[in-house]
Amino acid sequence: MPMTEEEVFEKVRDTLVDALNVDDDEVTPEAKISADLGAESIDYLDITFRLEKAFDIKIPRGELVPEQLLNDPQYVQDGKLTAEGLDELRKRMTHADLTEFEKDPEVGKIMDLFTVQTIVNYVLGKVNG
Amino acid sequence: MRWIWIDRFTEFEPRQRATAVKNVSLAEEHLHDHWEACPIMPVSLMIEGMAQTAGILVGQARDFKEKVILAKVAKAEIREIVTPGDQITYQAEIEHIVAEAATTHGTVLKNGRPIGEINLMFSHIDQNLAGTDFPEENFVFTGQFERLIAPLLEPGDG
Repeated sequence: MPMTEEEVFEKVRDTLVDALNVDDDEVTPEAKISADLGAESIDYLDITFRLEKAFDIKIPRGELVPEQLLNDPQYVQDGKLTAEGLDELRKRMTHADLTEFEKDPEVGKIMDLFTVQTIVNYVLGKVNG
Repeated sequence: MRWIWIDRFTEFEPRQRATAVKNVSLAEEHLHDHWEACPIMPVSLMIEGMAQTAGILVGQARDFKEKVILAKVAKAEIREIVTPGDQITYQAEIEHIVAEAATTHGTVLKNGRPIGEINLMFSHIDQNLAGTDFPEENFVFTGQFERLIAPLLEPGDG
């Protein structure tokens, strides 16, 4: 039976509360994982491990957080994603809303794409196919 | 001298689990300051003891080729004080291990009885996402750590 968005959100919220030691009410759909909830790079791996366990899913490396793309000179020039890089990002991050990022695709701002809702969208795609 | 907070491994199952013991003695100077009238093993040093038990387990899983650094204390809960004369047992299990990192689940026992849990996350720092370079020499796993597990490893375990 497919999971509802609310069911997924609740489990994602519990996962983030445990992984980042934040309060329930801080974990809103629009909260940014790094800027608002204080996640550092190692926390993204921790969150990935915990999501795999909580939802009994496999999260291949680079699928939730496409970090390799950011180290590829083909896609990044002068600290910004190229048009090709943006195309690639759109393909890989169908779970994220890129509207704001596309206006000024600075690599340093990419972590702002990771909101609680981004993770919920990603997990929904996984658990419901 | 090396900062070692476990005395001996009593079990070592490569890539799975490890158990180490630490005998707490009043001969240890730090107990005289923590505290003079009532010496108690600091929980921070119990976290270090678990980090060494679990960290060696994680390091051995990659044949000590990675530099394994404690990245995160996900949970540390100790429900009883530990005093001189007590034996602490650290039981660590690998939960996840990937190219960049590993997580472990740990149980702490006092004289054979569970008194808490310490769950940790380790980074393989040469695989860090930021691409930072570290010295080539593996400054984490020196001979002293490897000698601790040598008696429990079968030939070919690494």
